[in-house]
Amino acid sequence: MKQITAINDFVIKFANVNGSGSASANELFAKAILRMGVPVSPRNIFPSNIQGLPTWYEVRISEKGYLGRRGGIDMMVAMNPQTWAADVEEIEPGGYLFYDSTRPRPASELRDDLIVIGMPLTEICNAVYSDPRQRQLFKNIMYVGALSVLLDMDPAVIEALLGEQYKGKEKLIASNVQALNLGRDFAKEHLKHPLPIRVERAHRVGERIFVDGNTAAGLGAVYGGATVCAWYPITPSTSVAEAYQKYSNKFRVDADGRHNYAFVQAEDELASIGMVVGAGWNGARAFTATSGPGVSLMTEFIGLAYFAEIPVTIVNVQRGGPSTGMPTRTQQADVLSCAYASHGDTKHVLLFPEDPKECFEHTATAFDLADRLQTPVFVMTDLDIGMNQRLCDPFAWDDARDYDRGKVMTAEDLEHKDFGRYKDVDGDGIPWRTLPGTHPTRGSYFTRGTTRDAYARYSERGPDYIYNVQRLLAKFATAAKLVPQPVPRPAAKRTRLGVIFYGSTSPAMHEALDVMAGQGIHVDALRLCAFPFPASVKEFIDAHETVFVVEQNRDAQLRSLLVNELEINPAKLCKVLHYDGTPITARFITQAITDHVHEAMVAPVETKA
Amino acid sequence: MTYIAKPRLHHPSLTRNKVGYTRRDYEGKVSTLCAGCGHDSISAAIIQACWELDIEPHRVAKLSGIGCSSKTPDYFLGASHGFNTVHGRMPSVLTGANLANRDLLYLGVSGDGDSASIGLGQFAHAMRRNVNMVYIVENNGVYGLTKGQFSATADKGSQSKKGVVNADSPVDLVGLAMQLGASFVARSFSGDKAQMVPLIKAAIGHGGAAFIDIISPCVTFNNHAGSTRSYDWVREHNEAVSRIDFISSRDEITATIAPGEVVDVEQHDGTVLRLRKLHADYDPSDRVAAMSHMHARAAEGELLTGLLYIEGEAGDLHAAQHTSARPLNSLGKADLCPGAAALDKLNASLR
Repeated sequence: MKQITAINDFVIKFANVNGSGSASANELFAKAILRMGVPVSPRNIFPSNIQGLPTWYEVRISEKGYLGRRGGIDMMVAMNPQTWAADVEEIEPGGYLFYDSTRPRPASELRDDLIVIGMPLTEICNAVYSDPRQRQLFKNIMYVGALSVLLDMDPAVIEALLGEQYKGKEKLIASNVQALNLGRDFAKEHLKHPLPIRVERAHRVGERIFVDGNTAAGLGAVYGGATVCAWYPITPSTSVAEAYQKYSNKFRVDADGRHNYAFVQAEDELASIGMVVGAGWNGARAFTATSGPGVSLMTEFIGLAYFAEIPVTIVNVQRGGPSTGMPTRTQQADVLSCAYASHGDTKHVLLFPEDPKECFEHTATAFDLADRLQTPVFVMTDLDIGMNQRLCDPFAWDDARDYDRGKVMTAEDLEHKDFGRYKDVDGDGIPWRTLPGTHPTRGSYFTRGTTRDAYARYSERGPDYIYNVQRLLAKFATAAKLVPQPVPRPAAKRTRLGVIFYGSTSPAMHEALDVMAGQGIHVDALRLCAFPFPASVKEFIDAHETVFVVEQNRDAQLRSLLVNELEINPAKLCKVLHYDGTPITARFITQAITDHVHEAMVAPVETKA
Repeated sequence: MTYIAKPRLHHPSLTRNKVGYTRRDYEGKVSTLCAGCGHDSISAAIIQACWELDIEPHRVAKLSGIGCSSKTPDYFLGASHGFNTVHGRMPSVLTGANLANRDLLYLGVSGDGDSASIGLGQFAHAMRRNVNMVYIVENNGVYGLTKGQFSATADKGSQSKKGVVNADSPVDLVGLAMQLGASFVARSFSGDKAQMVPLIKAAIGHGGAAFIDIISPCVTFNNHAGSTRSYDWVREHNEAVSRIDFISSRDEITATIAPGEVVDVEQHDGTVLRLRKLHADYDPSDRVAAMSHMHARAAEGELLTGLLYIEGEAGDLHAAQHTSARPLNSLGKADLCPGAAALDKLNASLR
């Protein structure tokens, strides 16, 4: 049997039981490798349940820095009897199976093309610990210890991490280190080590940070100047609001205990967006964080905010739909429902961050855009970026950057300027507004969801309606110039093939592009960062014969948006769709595009030019 | 919502209040409601209350939902910003607006269709959050804009204009508000301006959520025999628990009323609410007793009006949130953005 051999390039997956305390041990393992200078990309795969059901933690170790899911498992730490058969099945031939051998598994439940490593974790724990909870928790730390020997990891790094985690709680540090060493000692004595897959110190992490997108988005809202957060708990977006509260408590509480922010857990999604609309109308930067079903509930208010022209920021951490769908799995399936949320002719600004750093940046930027454009702005993240820690460039902030509060007339402005709430004074479709309480006699108006004339007076006249809706279109065209622009990645050689992708697909896409280039298939790539689409998107599509659109939903929603908004011939846009709820892999993308290239007999590499 | 403009000329000798405005300055557009609509009387009472309290019109934000009642903010305080939101969800919009700028006076106007049906949840949560506002429900027991369907506050057994008998029990917003912890609960009748105006003034002076349910008969669809929301029926069954005077702190008078007949309730801003009890045993500071009394009178077919419950030092949503004394919408980058140096430290903690 040929064993898998790799240094700093393999995938290890932990199969655990939800609620068993494995999450912190698994994270400790991933972070230790990171501290050894090797890029790591972990993913939580968990059911919509609190306790008792299966949960997995998949860690990709890649010195080259590929952070997408690769596909395939090189080593399984199988700690859940319930999922044993499927977990064993998933391992690549020549891979490794680590399990608790207190009750050894019969040969019929194993595979002869695997290297099976048994360690009597329960037996050791029961011998050392009497407390049932300790027996459970330290079993996890013990397997981290054993793995550190098998994979040749530096124990000092793990001990340092435990020291940081339990800073000030010396007893906990000592007991965790003891469990770690129990695992290490057993492995050294009884197991063949190190394995042909192992970790070697490298210097490939640099200044990058390790953080999840929801934390980053919550922090972005603090930096972006949000003062009102009204939200309702929903997986997988809850930690966005919680991070906002945490960082607001850190940065926004005065010496006298007064808060420079408000944080309201609303009674439902309708109330949360209502509060955001009210706060936005009254000049505060306000946001909510939600997921697909929450957006469904909010759509009436989103339509009001669009038509009444009120700044609103919504962080949508997408999950599997439709309906309750797969609440703890990832998709990019709310693109159309957010782009056109609400009845009538509506269009909304969407931002597509690719990683936690962009979750931070785009969320902060969303408040500027919402104020500037006086309209709802969606930050479209998903569970994969939102709830998984990802290695990314450090957050950056330019202290010279000021908030763009948009076109708000002051009392002084009102003294000598004509004010018409819905007048297109500057030719960009964006009207000026006033805030309640600004001036004793000028600038007040009545905000409503019904149509009106340029001076906000109720009107059912056709020309007034047309003026408004056409101006809203002009405003949307202005938005295309203000939103984050697409990021091109030209192929090494000239090609007739293009690919468009966005959001969390990014790391898998970049890896797939490298792999395909290695196979002689060159593809120009364009990562979309926002809707409305800037002119460069149409130019990119026009410049290629075939453009693949890679996304994580069944119905090719971004492709539909491209066809609809840019009037593209659908035949030109080739779907590459992944939607089983797991993050897309480089293998999947590579396979789909190469299959298409071969089947269509597209001349694979270069054009005549 | 009207195309008809009001004449701009005012009589030069109109009386001005202490902030220099005449009563006309508190008016809005011409009402498009039916002639004789109780809602217009409520608008007139709001206008009078604000003028008498010397409130600058532009310091008021008036918000509503959808329906006949929700159209009315267009008909008073024309110099204030108004917001006609969506059906039943005014309370959340008002809550957000209040969080953004605590310095304005918030006036929420709603109807029984708006607050007792689709908006029942938002009504309830605004009460329990004690958002500092005046929340008026213009309650006629009927849907006027869609021509005469029962609303959720229509009494069981009452008849519609078409003769249909209502089989459902009514939602009692006053009882709900008390149960939810509202700190100011009153009921009035649009035909009783003498009662409405001081109640609205007292509600404005209150430091938390002040709820006033005003029975406001619909002259077109609910003013007939068989209705329990008609003018005649309400006049015959109205029983006031109190008459109140609202006294600004600057000209408070305390010595002229005999003890035992009057209760003075000091508001958060120093103003005084003077309750002249019509029922010697009615205590508006006892929530349980007030609810019990109200239910007992309701069982007798009586509509209890007046100030039904008040909690003096309630504390509002901003108090619970510990928010800055400065309006949140006035804070700038220096107040809000932790800056690059703090971010560098955070980055370091994430490695």
